[in-house]
Amino acid sequence: MLGKLSWSAIPFNEPLPLISGAAVFVVILVVIGVITVKGWWPYLWREWLTSVDHKHIGIMYVALGLVMLLRGFADALMMRSQQALAVGEAQGYLVPEHYNQVFSAHGTIMIFFVAMPLVIGLMNFVVPLQLGVRDVAFPVLNSVSFWLTAAGALLVNLSLVIGNFARTGWMGYPPLSGLTFSPDVGVDYYLWSLQISGIGTLLTGVNFVTTILKLRAPGMTYFRMPVFCWTALATNLLIIAAFPVLTATFLMLLLDRYLGMHFFTNDAGGNQMMYVNLFWLWGHPEVYILILPAFGVFSEVAPTFSGKALFGYRSMVLATLGICILSFMVWLHHFFTMGAGANVNAFFGIMSAIIAVPTGVKVFNWLFTMFRGRIVFRTPMLFLVGFMVTFVIGGMTGVLLAVPPIDFVLHNSVFLVAHFHNVIIGGVVFGALAGYNYWFPKAFGFTLDERWGKASFWCWLIGFYLAFMPLYALGLRGMTRRLQHIADPTWRPMLLAAGLGAIVIFCGILCQIVQLYVSIRTRERRRDVTGDPWNGRTLEWATSSPPPAYNFAVLPRVRTIDAFWEMKQRESRPAAAAAYEPIEMPRNTPTGFIIAFFAVITGFALIWHIWWMAILGLLTAAATMLAFGWSDDREHEIPAAEVARLERSRVRLGGAA
Amino acid sequence: MTTVTAEADQRAHGRESHGGPAPTRIVVAYGFWIFILSDIVMFSALFAAYAVLSGNTAGGPTGAELFNLRSVFILTVCLLLSSYTCGLMMLSAGEGSLERFAVFAVLTFLLGAAFLVIELSEFADMVRKGAGPSRSAFLSAFFTLVGMHGAHVATGLLWLLFMTAQVAAKGLRPKVLRRLLCYSLFWHALDIVWIGVMTLVYLMGVQR
Repeated sequence: MLGKLSWSAIPFNEPLPLISGAAVFVVILVVIGVITVKGWWPYLWREWLTSVDHKHIGIMYVALGLVMLLRGFADALMMRSQQALAVGEAQGYLVPEHYNQVFSAHGTIMIFFVAMPLVIGLMNFVVPLQLGVRDVAFPVLNSVSFWLTAAGALLVNLSLVIGNFARTGWMGYPPLSGLTFSPDVGVDYYLWSLQISGIGTLLTGVNFVTTILKLRAPGMTYFRMPVFCWTALATNLLIIAAFPVLTATFLMLLLDRYLGMHFFTNDAGGNQMMYVNLFWLWGHPEVYILILPAFGVFSEVAPTFSGKALFGYRSMVLATLGICILSFMVWLHHFFTMGAGANVNAFFGIMSAIIAVPTGVKVFNWLFTMFRGRIVFRTPMLFLVGFMVTFVIGGMTGVLLAVPPIDFVLHNSVFLVAHFHNVIIGGVVFGALAGYNYWFPKAFGFTLDERWGKASFWCWLIGFYLAFMPLYALGLRGMTRRLQHIADPTWRPMLLAAGLGAIVIFCGILCQIVQLYVSIRTRERRRDVTGDPWNGRTLEWATSSPPPAYNFAVLPRVRTIDAFWEMKQRESRPAAAAAYEPIEMPRNTPTGFIIAFFAVITGFALIWHIWWMAILGLLTAAATMLAFGWSDDREHEIPAAEVARLERSRVRLGGAA
Repeated sequence: MTTVTAEADQRAHGRESHGGPAPTRIVVAYGFWIFILSDIVMFSALFAAYAVLSGNTAGGPTGAELFNLRSVFILTVCLLLSSYTCGLMMLSAGEGSLERFAVFAVLTFLLGAAFLVIELSEFADMVRKGAGPSRSAFLSAFFTLVGMHGAHVATGLLWLLFMTAQVAAKGLRPKVLRRLLCYSLFWHALDIVWIGVMTLVYLMGVQR
């Protein structure tokens, strides 16, 4: 009846996951209690859970990413403290069985449920506003995407208290991840949660490519699009080309595990290196899926806070598209040690080094944008400067690793760990946090506190260097990654420094929480009544903060790059028009929420081999899709009079809408 | 900004100007086409896996021993003909002729169903001979690739039923026509994948 599920699945004998699980459970209960007592459910259901508004979905994505950041960071603190404690005679407090789950969950969560939601959330919120349109191409699909991502995140978190998580590392290489060596549910949690969220991500890709290519304000030709939209286009093209490969690869591993097939097994002709190849055929583009939107954020932040147009717009676009294509030609550098032969390794080594060229173009463009600009050092600008210094260091160690003979020495060492944290924290995280500080006033109508924002920046920056520079040195001295116990006591000082760095980063996260709290408390003083708090250049600043559901009462007409800046120069900001037309907007629907609900049930049932429940979950999810596929009444019209009333009230507030 | 100045603007900019958001029909078809592209990328990964594993028979039967080109020919004819009738079905829908739409929908369904039945009986035959998907890496890749295409055909058949029901209930309204357009894009894409399967799996398989 319940497949493999029994009381033994709940780790009563391991206090750590049980206590943290219980704590999370209590927090959730308190939140639900508060919402119920305050009577917020109808509001929450109407405005958020069933919303198809790209702005609300974007905010939910970012919120999901930030919450999961806490979970992933808790794993990081556990790893750093274990390695600082378990040296020589000492064994630390995490047994290998548990430690292996911690590092696997850390990687999986940080990539799929922190970095991805953060960048997709920013794209969701910003892209339609920058394009000067009212929503994405497929608003309901957008809601389905978000809820499927959330469903995957929920499954990963369930593994904390029901059963266990993968002990294979976040890449899940076979044969270790095959049935022979991982017979329990850990790998299944990993696979099904990523399959479900992966479908969500793929649909996001379809949605945004269509939006950017087919829905733009009148006059917005390709070469008048803001660079963030260009990077979003490149990222979503990469999603479309890369994520189906991951889906197919995981499908093969699932078939090995569930139906006894032999794609990646040791016997009957399976080929493990095929998994590694296919995984990185997705995995390397994934790196650029994450970093390109961050580049886009910085390309918006740099001109705004330098008071001048972006230097080298066209070269920025070309560099973005160049990276987009090159990112598919370097996957083998993740496993030079496979032994593909000198010529193959040389090719991929050279291609990897070449990617540094367009990236370098971008760095110089940002520098020249700042050159002789009237620079205002707000928090996003600090993240930009911190990023440029840090990311260049990460890029240089990347070029080192791209040299095959060096890679043979450093492969799987903590030098590699330091390298990719260098580019992901210094690039993706700094970019996401810059974007969060930059667009927060647009989303909520008030600015974030600068003092706490700057404090969090300095903690992140200093913490990063403290945590990861020692790992470079340790990697050069031969320390491999994922060690549960350290045999060489001379490594200890460096590991203590790395642990201290993690604590400093933790302070940075705490500063952000305080920043949010303080900003909400003092929001009346920090209201953005103009809709344009930073003297911005692109169209998202042309509407009020927060924007109305329809974004623009009259679609703006675009004449140049930096369309809003040009409007301000001509003093022709679209003021209240004489007459408004009725606006057709998509109707909210619980379709996405319901499909994701049944996806969780199906995923959980498949993980535990509860076949009847899996079939039931699939059928109900399919029925929900069919019901939506049948429905006709998907739009509602905001009458012209209502638009006029909303616009007048916004103009009265002081915002020249 | 009023519409009048907007139009003046458009004239001033001439051909450089971009007319604003595309109409829904274009957006829907374009988006669905992109989705099909991603589906084909997924198939390409399965094709690659098949290419890598096709020789790894682990002492079991090879493609040359298992494949029967006569039934592959029948399968191909069924599927390609069903695409032809699907095209005729779309033309009739565009003309607003419900009767002809119904006839071609039924024909498309029957041809697709015949494809599926023949394919499944071939699969069952192979499993009976001890050449199931868990026999060797080659057969795992074979059943996954060809089976994935078959699963798509099955989905297409269910979708066709669903669309026919919508046409029956609502008539050939623009919204229904848009959904039909997506369906026909999907059905034709399955042909493209099948041509790949036929060539790479069967025609090259019997030569080994």
